[in-house]
Amino acid sequence: MSLDYLLDAANWSLSNPEGFPQRILEHLGYTTLALLIAAVIAFPIGLLIGHTGRGALLAINLGNAGRALPTLGVLMLALAAVGIGLVPVTIALIVLAIPPILATTYAGVRSVADETVDAARGVGMTEPQIAWRVEVPIALPIIIGGLRNATLQVISTATIAAYAGLGGLGRYLFDGLATLEYDQVVAGAIVIAALAVAIDLALAGTQRLLVSPGVGGRGADNRPTTVRPEPKPEPAG
Amino acid sequence: MIEFESVTKRYPDGTVAVGDLSLKVETGQITVFVGPSGCGKTTALRMINRMIQPTAGRVLIDGADVTARPEAELRREIGYVIQGAGLFPHRTVLDNIATVPILQGVTRRDARSSALGLLERVGLPANLGERYPSQLSGGQQQRVGVARALAADPPVLLMDEPFSAVDPVVRDDLQQELLRLQGELGKTIVLVTHDIDEAIRLGDEVAVFAQGARLAQFAPPADLLAAPADDFVAALVGRDRGFRGLGFTDGNEIALRPIDHDVDGLALEVDPDGRPLGWRGTDGLLPTEGTFREGANLRTVTDLVILSPAGAAVRVDAEGRADGLVLLEDLAGSVRTQQRERLTALATAEDAG
Repeated sequence: MSLDYLLDAANWSLSNPEGFPQRILEHLGYTTLALLIAAVIAFPIGLLIGHTGRGALLAINLGNAGRALPTLGVLMLALAAVGIGLVPVTIALIVLAIPPILATTYAGVRSVADETVDAARGVGMTEPQIAWRVEVPIALPIIIGGLRNATLQVISTATIAAYAGLGGLGRYLFDGLATLEYDQVVAGAIVIAALAVAIDLALAGTQRLLVSPGVGGRGADNRPTTVRPEPKPEPAG
Repeated sequence: MIEFESVTKRYPDGTVAVGDLSLKVETGQITVFVGPSGCGKTTALRMINRMIQPTAGRVLIDGADVTARPEAELRREIGYVIQGAGLFPHRTVLDNIATVPILQGVTRRDARSSALGLLERVGLPANLGERYPSQLSGGQQQRVGVARALAADPPVLLMDEPFSAVDPVVRDDLQQELLRLQGELGKTIVLVTHDIDEAIRLGDEVAVFAQGARLAQFAPPADLLAAPADDFVAALVGRDRGFRGLGFTDGNEIALRPIDHDVDGLALEVDPDGRPLGWRGTDGLLPTEGTFREGANLRTVTDLVILSPAGAAVRVDAEGRADGLVLLEDLAGSVRTQQRERLTALATAEDAG
């Protein structure tokens, strides 16, 4: 076992259709597509059941059932149903990504303090305004946490695209195993792991940018929070 | 004016939170709903801005049924302050205060600049504007909560246990501040509390709710103390109600004696400027134990009379010069007369009603 394959410059050439840059792009493509569709499905449902408190039991149980499904099994089913290609792979990855996004969106919205929601309603926000301007921003750290979780799982699992005849970093694993070229397998695994860590760091950075310092805890940390004396009203003028 | 017309709130399980409530909240006054927990006072308050829908009856604001308008629009014109303030943790203090004007279509820039003025109005320094709620003390958060409620300049302000989550010293501060603000703004305020002392201190009118959502008494605080409607109100008002009630009576009614009046062998001694030094008697100079000015209430005057070695309170003018004495016998006569008049008036009103 060696790192020769990983360190071979030819494998990093941009013009090589089977090189790492090309495979990384394909891999990210499958990942992004699946995550986008999963988020479009799971986020509104999580927000709705989190805001209304209705249907939570059903949605969470469905989500957990989805989590228990083996992704390879789902892929097989999808392959049988729609044939080889991008669609079955994407379906399998969506099924994988929905539960963490759904569960954390729901949990995040539920975690917003009742008095905060009561105040929002009391000052005259409509229900969609409460959801978008109060619940989502406050729940954002938890929601993004779920998205990061889903992203990690999808990136590592998107290797199955190669099994369904597509590209992506899974090619190195499946091809290497088939031809007993283990340095190729090792190279693929290392690149997938590195990619997963890099994307997670990027999402962590996004989280820092998007989440209000008031709920992220950062703002609260850089100033003293000990009891300070009540300020006295200063004379006007 | 806010009117409750036979308002009832009955929950599906049969619990009656508010039963056939009828009362009028006068414009420009602080009306306090007070009572033990579970008496329906908060439910009654929340029916004004439709946070809770009545199962029967109507709530009217200036003659208009509150259900005639969309909920959100109605609520934007009614200030709302809750226990613990309920600030939005993800928004800065200024953005919290600017919430309602922005909902009403004011630009963020304009709303934030008026928010700065409100910050000062509720007694907070401008540099708190960019902080987040978690960086403020409980009392400061509550002030921001009041500022947020005032931001759209609503004629009506609903306050649900606004000062219950802060310690007694801060609460005292906030109560004083509310009275000062109300003196400037003259809003129609409905405030819910379980603290009868807070009700008596803040209310122009106090509605006492009893268990089972019954309105036990609706009267100004002085009447509540002088003549509780029943044993429940008497027990809620508590001990010393006679003495506490003196706080609502003007001390200027009592006859003043000249400062050279001899009180049971003691004479008031003053310095060359006329400021009181003490009571001169055969045992030497005894302290006056304090003085009062014109406009002081009877409770202050009575306290001074009790503390004085002469049984006489010393009144001073703006420069601190003694200008009159209130004697124990004059005070007693005045207290008796006023209480008699009050009870007679209440009895007459009851007969008439």
